[in-house]
Amino acid sequence: MLNDYLNIIFFDVLKIMFLLVPVLIAVAMIVWVDRRVWGLVQLRRGPNVVGPFGLLQTAADALKYIFKEIIIPAGANKVIFILAPVVTMSLALLAWAVIPFGENIYVANINVGILYLFAVSSLGVYGIIMAGWASNSKYPFLGALRSAAQMVSYEVSIGFIIVTVLLCVGSLNLIDIVVAQKKVWFAIPLFPMFVIFFISALAETNRPPFDLPEAEAELVAGYQTEYSGMMYALFWLGEYANILLMCAMGSILFLGGWLPPADIFPLNAIPSPLWLVLKILLLFVAFALIKAIVPRYRYDQLMRLGWKVFLPVSLAWVILVSGFLVYFKMLPVN
Amino acid sequence: MLAHALIFYLFSFVAIISSLAVISSKNTVHAVFFLILDFVSISCLFIMMGAEYLGMLTLIVYVGAVAVLFLFVVMMLNVNFKELRAGFLNYLPFGSLIGLVLLIEIGMMIGTWKYRDSFIKTSEIQINNNLTNTESIGNVLYTDYIHYFQISGLILLVAMIGAILLTFRQKENLKRQNITKQVSRERDDGVSLEDVESFKGVKLND
Repeated sequence: MLNDYLNIIFFDVLKIMFLLVPVLIAVAMIVWVDRRVWGLVQLRRGPNVVGPFGLLQTAADALKYIFKEIIIPAGANKVIFILAPVVTMSLALLAWAVIPFGENIYVANINVGILYLFAVSSLGVYGIIMAGWASNSKYPFLGALRSAAQMVSYEVSIGFIIVTVLLCVGSLNLIDIVVAQKKVWFAIPLFPMFVIFFISALAETNRPPFDLPEAEAELVAGYQTEYSGMMYALFWLGEYANILLMCAMGSILFLGGWLPPADIFPLNAIPSPLWLVLKILLLFVAFALIKAIVPRYRYDQLMRLGWKVFLPVSLAWVILVSGFLVYFKMLPVN
Repeated sequence: MLAHALIFYLFSFVAIISSLAVISSKNTVHAVFFLILDFVSISCLFIMMGAEYLGMLTLIVYVGAVAVLFLFVVMMLNVNFKELRAGFLNYLPFGSLIGLVLLIEIGMMIGTWKYRDSFIKTSEIQINNNLTNTESIGNVLYTDYIHYFQISGLILLVAMIGAILLTFRQKENLKRQNITKQVSRERDDGVSLEDVESFKGVKLND
């Protein structure tokens, strides 16, 4: 009896390690990709000194953060102040449990996978609010308020985008969502939704041009102002893990997840996890390019875009898609 | 099953403790954080009972949206507890009267309550074990109960319109942003190349 439990726990922990270690390494690599792309766009070299092509730059940075002193402000609410980066990081890693890397390669396969992803990504705002409030300082607080309003607004349109995809799939299971794209990736028939999802994902992860919560010109560093050492590094890693997660969500919803672009020989010989990783990387490079190219939005423009443009358009698209599916009798479930 | 039961009781314990902490904690922001913990553990309870759809919806709606707004409002308000406690003795007799009535009602209800087997049988809904949770809820919610569903949606809409109307104020002399105007501004609207003659200068219209 106890042996069984221990076995289950052991194998589950092993599975989780097999997922989390690559994810964490990928986060470290992606930080390097981000800085490198940013540098190339601005005709600089970017980090290229530590290790081959500068690949070990993030490891060096992490080492530096570990040895720095953690300073907790005297007026801060200690428990929540320490809890905030932990919440951000663990929520960012929690969501990876349901991401399928192949038809049978996953840690958890749950019926409501997409809802789980949506729920966990919407909880991400708490790390930021907690950090902003617990710091007991003006700039972090303003940053946290901005962030809360921004993330809640863009979640609404992400919700509607997920609904349009679900209408075409007929299931909340992530594996079903990918399998439904065997004929055509949803990015093609639902192209406007893909664009809106991409932009909302930028806003949801506080990436430029929507990085108002940490707008350095106005708010020093936003909600991270009072953080130092390892706690700052946790925020930083959590943010990038979240960005990777949004890229994974985008590739599962619109770019066919682990499926190759066409089921022909040289393409379908490549193992499925590699396809997903390639798609995530593609979306991430787009994220990085946008960071380098597009100037920051004004806050009122950001709110206007979320509520007055994306919300009506995605709502209209839900109605359009469902009307289309009903009229042409193409509904996936009867 | 033992581990399942243990985890279930762990979550229920956390839910009860955190809901007690919501009403007893002195700092309002802490109270909201305990409320969030309560919501999370309740959604875990839903999941442990096999109602994964309800659990996820609790997380998305209550924790992801409602509690964020709660937290937002509570953080911005500076609640002064001394002022709130000031009238405590004045309200004590009336408040305890209401509390007493509620206590008696709850006692009467628990004392006379009996579980009827026929409750679950009177329901006309056919439960199909082959369908997932989400499908079974959808099957009844959008067919048999569509009117209730629509009415509850309308009530929420009315509440939303009411809230907007209460805070809406028509201001005079308000400077508004016109995005189309801003975006459609061309180079020629702002810049012009002037040929300036020496010692004459140039006259700009505004």
